Amino acid sequence: MSTARAASIVLAKELRMELRTRELLSATLIFALIVVVMFSYAFDPTPSESRRYGPGLLWIAFLFAGSLMLHPSFAREQASETMDALRLAPISSFAILLGKMAANFVFLAVAEAILVPIFAVLYDVPLVGILWRLILVLALGTLGLVIAGTVFAAISAHSRMRELMLPLLLLPVLAPLLVAAVQATRSLMGDPPSLDRAWVAFLAAFDVIFMTASWLVCDFLLEE
Amino acid sequence: MPALSSAPTSITTSNTKSGVTGSRSLAVSFDGVEKRFGALFALRGITLDIQPGDFVALLGPNGAGKTTLLRIAAHLSTPTRGRVKFTAASRSAGARESGDGIPGDSAKRMIGMVGHSPLLYDDLTAAENLKLFAQLYALDDPAAFTAKALEASGLAERANGIVRTFSRGMRQRLALARALLHGPSLLLLDEPGTGLDRQAAAWLSETLARLRSEGCTMIMSTHARSESLELATRAVLLSGGRIAEDTRDGDPGPLLARLRSEN
Repeated sequence: MSTARAASIVLAKELRMELRTRELLSATLIFALIVVVMFSYAFDPTPSESRRYGPGLLWIAFLFAGSLMLHPSFAREQASETMDALRLAPISSFAILLGKMAANFVFLAVAEAILVPIFAVLYDVPLVGILWRLILVLALGTLGLVIAGTVFAAISAHSRMRELMLPLLLLPVLAPLLVAAVQATRSLMGDPPSLDRAWVAFLAAFDVIFMTASWLVCDFLLEE
Repeated sequence: MPALSSAPTSITTSNTKSGVTGSRSLAVSFDGVEKRFGALFALRGITLDIQPGDFVALLGPNGAGKTTLLRIAAHLSTPTRGRVKFTAASRSAGARESGDGIPGDSAKRMIGMVGHSPLLYDDLTAAENLKLFAQLYALDDPAAFTAKALEASGLAERANGIVRTFSRGMRQRLALARALLHGPSLLLLDEPGTGLDRQAAAWLSETLARLRSEGCTMIMSTHARSESLELATRAVLLSGGRIAEDTRDGDPGPLLARLRSEN
């Protein structure tokens, strides 16, 4: 069976389970929403302040919400030892990892799709005219977040203090991604809006490097 | 808690894509297998040759290395030293194929495992669980295989029941159905009778007897009082990661009787 086919089966399983339990998406969305709303009321930013600080706030909200969501993706498998069942099947470890990454991407993308319009209203940031370019930046940034996040969720799942370990391992690694995503988003929300291609290229390179690294270490990651 | 109401009819090793009933069996050779977790030795140079159609009872106290050995055989764990070789053999002829054995990925298609826990998704239904694994094993018609397995395990009426709501006995039936879905030639069982009531334990023994008669090679980690031990053709006692006793060429009965009396 091809890696893509096996990954799509794992993805379908993840989506089915999430639709049934709604654990990950609801927690992620509520957390990110609280951050955005609280900052809005705490700082009451002017439009120029929103353009300057808003992108950083938005990506920090995604980052923390993402780390909250990524932890259970492997912890749930551990609880009933179902990772063993997946690994018993004649599919590659990378297919399992890829399926999980795809599911995490979908969950975070759904949360972002709800959150970004709310952010635009609360912070008075117009999205008309930059929407497609913003979607590109969000997609590349989110992809990097879930690739690295899924890998570190798999690593931390074996540790004793796994809830604490994931953000401790993940956040320093994601610092370059955060900087690039914030800068690319800030250039889009500037006056006049423009897309900083250098930061977009950096995001794409981050995604490629981490995807390649995850492919190289996937067997080691999923073994006990 | 739902009772074990409808008795399963039969669970067989009808084989993967083709639906051909178990024409092949698998031999397993552990050659100097060692497994270390840091400074801790779980297995120390295990050399064990298991013939096609053998039913090997793996015995020993907690920490003897039984589960580690099964996990290595299932490709869930990699030995620190040594190797495991799988050889397909025709059940009728009893002759092994030549060569260096079956490569890992192909061997995985021929192995089924029932773990200490059921290895099932609690938030999926019985049918969804089986269909998921039928897809992962690339079976031709996952829905048909699922329906057949549910019928055979006596769970057809609970096909759409969430596994979380199942009793231990029902979960274990489903776990066995999952492990046998792709028609494995080698079945690995890690204390499958733990927590089962009398009725469920009897059903398990009956199912294993059927599999044995079909020629499926089985390695079962268990305790000395397990009912299913009567089916064993060979008993291997592990202690401290080493083979302490092996009834390779003889009747496992005396060793099992002695272990029962010691317990």
